Amino acid sequence: MQLQVNGKEYSVEVSGNTSLLSTLREHLALTGSKYGCGEGVCGACTVLINGVPVRSCITPVGSTQNKDIVTIEGLEENGKLHPVQQTFLEEDPFQCAYCASGMVMSAVALLRRNPSPSRQEIVDSMQSNVCRCCTYPAIVDAISKSAKA
Amino acid sequence: MEKEVILYPEQYELFEKPLKSSLTRRRFFHLMGGGIAVALTISDGIAGAINGEDPLADDLIAAWIHINEKGIVTVYTGKVEVGQNIRTSLTQIVAEELRVPVAAIELIMGDTSLTPYDRGTYGSLTTPNMSPQLRKAAASLREVLIEMAATTWKTSAGSLKAADGKIVQSSSGKSLAYGELTKGKKILKPVNDKAPLTPSDKWKIAGKSIPKMNGKDFVTGKHKYTSDLSLQGMVYGKIVRAPAIGATLVSVDTSKAKSLPGVTVVEDKDFVGVIAPDSQTAESALWEIKAEWKVSPQPSRDNIFTYLKENAQAGKSENTQGNVETIFASSKNVLTQSFNINYIAHVPLEPRAAVAQWEGSNLTVWVGTQRPFGVQEQLEELFRIPKNNIRVIMPDTGSGYGGKHTGEAALEAARLAKATGKTVKVVWTREEEFKWAYFRPAGVIEVKSAVSEDGVITAWEFHNYNSGSSGIRTPYSAENQKIEFHPVESPLRQGSYRALASTANVFARECQMNDMANSIKIDPVQFRLKNLKDERLKNVLKATAEAFGWSKPRTKDHGYGIACGFEKGGYIATAVEVQVTSAEVRILRIVAAFECGKIINPRHLKSQVSGCILQGMGGALFEAVDFKNGKIINPSLANYRVPRFADVPEMEIILVDRPDLVSSGAGEAPIVAIAPAIRQAIFDASGKTLNQLPLIPNGLKA
Repeated sequence: MQLQVNGKEYSVEVSGNTSLLSTLREHLALTGSKYGCGEGVCGACTVLINGVPVRSCITPVGSTQNKDIVTIEGLEENGKLHPVQQTFLEEDPFQCAYCASGMVMSAVALLRRNPSPSRQEIVDSMQSNVCRCCTYPAIVDAISKSAKA
Repeated sequence: MEKEVILYPEQYELFEKPLKSSLTRRRFFHLMGGGIAVALTISDGIAGAINGEDPLADDLIAAWIHINEKGIVTVYTGKVEVGQNIRTSLTQIVAEELRVPVAAIELIMGDTSLTPYDRGTYGSLTTPNMSPQLRKAAASLREVLIEMAATTWKTSAGSLKAADGKIVQSSSGKSLAYGELTKGKKILKPVNDKAPLTPSDKWKIAGKSIPKMNGKDFVTGKHKYTSDLSLQGMVYGKIVRAPAIGATLVSVDTSKAKSLPGVTVVEDKDFVGVIAPDSQTAESALWEIKAEWKVSPQPSRDNIFTYLKENAQAGKSENTQGNVETIFASSKNVLTQSFNINYIAHVPLEPRAAVAQWEGSNLTVWVGTQRPFGVQEQLEELFRIPKNNIRVIMPDTGSGYGGKHTGEAALEAARLAKATGKTVKVVWTREEEFKWAYFRPAGVIEVKSAVSEDGVITAWEFHNYNSGSSGIRTPYSAENQKIEFHPVESPLRQGSYRALASTANVFARECQMNDMANSIKIDPVQFRLKNLKDERLKNVLKATAEAFGWSKPRTKDHGYGIACGFEKGGYIATAVEVQVTSAEVRILRIVAAFECGKIINPRHLKSQVSGCILQGMGGALFEAVDFKNGKIINPSLANYRVPRFADVPEMEIILVDRPDLVSSGAGEAPIVAIAPAIRQAIFDASGKTLNQLPLIPNGLKA
């Protein structure tokens, strides 16, 4: 199976019903996307497919062929952090940070769709991402700041 | 006859085990390489042994700091990072005393071969215990370096000072970098109690909001949690699970699974597992295993509170003074209530995970746990091999909240690895985490109290069935008291949780306080202040009331509630404002003041406090483990609701800094006051007294 991840072509031998998340993590050594719930409700596994945020844990890898997949590892350009990563780094919202990749990916998708969201729009858009340490207020602050940057 | 309650590892906070292995100076430098180190001993009496070759028992060393021959500072502590950001706060403390930037320090945490023995990271012990010890050790090391420079320059130590990783003499302008001083040395010193500590008002690094160590690794996905590790030749393991708690295996047919390419089945009595080259194949193999189980009747959530009462042991007195019965008989204002507390789950976002590798008779395990040395002991017991053959490494982990005191995945991975000769990774699914980890205890709490017309508590009787004795005593003055804990053999696996059992005890106590205040029509803040002696608790209560505007005019139809509590040196008071409509309860605003001594990192402290309160809001409003006849029936994040972005109200956190007091942990106490505050606010708005946790389990309606 041919996959295009972070601008690179990969050839993997997996059955089409394997989840995209397992494929990324176990076959492509891209472990930035995390397993949290396995049913698409916590957002830790969020990746972008053709620019749209997708829960990779419930996405069969077979459905992602010939599509542009971007994971947290693909956000940096020429060794420079994506502006959203940079703001999260400066705002320092995380505790255990296991949710961080999913939060960053969801925030990137939100800001592409809506470059200057209100706080309510941020909350609505991020509602499907869980931070069990409950650092939500600081994450909203970081996204607001990214929007202004 | 009284039945002894069995203690499991997750209930470890209740007992201690003797230790066996030891450390010598020779072994120390074999591990560390040359340089200078200061080891922190628990008792000054044995500190002298460090300089000799006498073995020093592991449990006598708490931590050490080492500067190698290149001047690189490494701190070794058995404490672990699970999201409390102690990697950052401990680094700050050491950097401050050693006069080096935080970037010059590496912390090795929770590696049984490298770090000193540590009972575990729980009970908010790191900040009050490890932090001052490391501070002393770093100051001692700084003084050793100054002495060495003084000897080199044949001058007095008093004319020298440490700055920027160097010892400098300002009069001559001479300087020596730490690495130049440590070159070719093998010096191990005990902590010098006389080494002067930098007073907190002179702090330049400690006390500041230093960002999370290695923060970039987390926003780029580079940090390797245990579940991310991949070793050469590693395979993926899965375990066959019982259909219900208490079920035993009758027979198993693994023939079909065995025939799958790449799959190996491991059978060892009740333990049946598979390994495969990837997790999908391992999962498919599990489906092909046909197991027959014998189930036995188990309690259900429907009757759990009756069950706990009926199966309780005799009460163990936690405090008895005066005679409560006499007072109740003669008092006009007596309030009797019962509170039901449901089991709740920790739901660490990273489920249990481990990688196990055998090399001959040596076992190395990477595992997400709050007690790496405890897991080492579990492995020692399981395989009957010397502890020195077992290395447990704990990568910074995707949270615990008291829910990862054990090493289930480590034991499972190690069994599969031993049987197959492969390196095996086991990562629990969310469903496994819900079904086979342990919970915060359920409980029944009965409270009876008497209060005089002018608001003095005269008698206080408190019975806790199963939910734990931590925080059971009341900080309020009551001349007559009878406080008892009634242990029960819990039908569900239960253990530690944030703030231990005190979420339940504080809930019941504070609800009773609010209701007593209501019954005699006294303001609940004044009522508490009148019956409180503890100045720290009074201060946070006053600070919260002030910031909240407790005595200011209120919005009609809104409800207001307040509560306070303390745990492990942390003091919290929380006030909330809610709106209750026919359809829902909306938390509009939370104000909380928290004090835990001298603040080491304001930003991370605020994050701990705010996160703790919001997590507590989940347990207050809707979190509950549902179970029927031994089966957990909501074992998924879609069916077990946790707080999300939209649940967060307007929040104000006041951090009370007390430079005169030792710093304490912040990961526990802030969780205790939110539930009773919300319950009082709902009562204020709707007149409904909700005497269970969660308060509104069936959705948002009160």
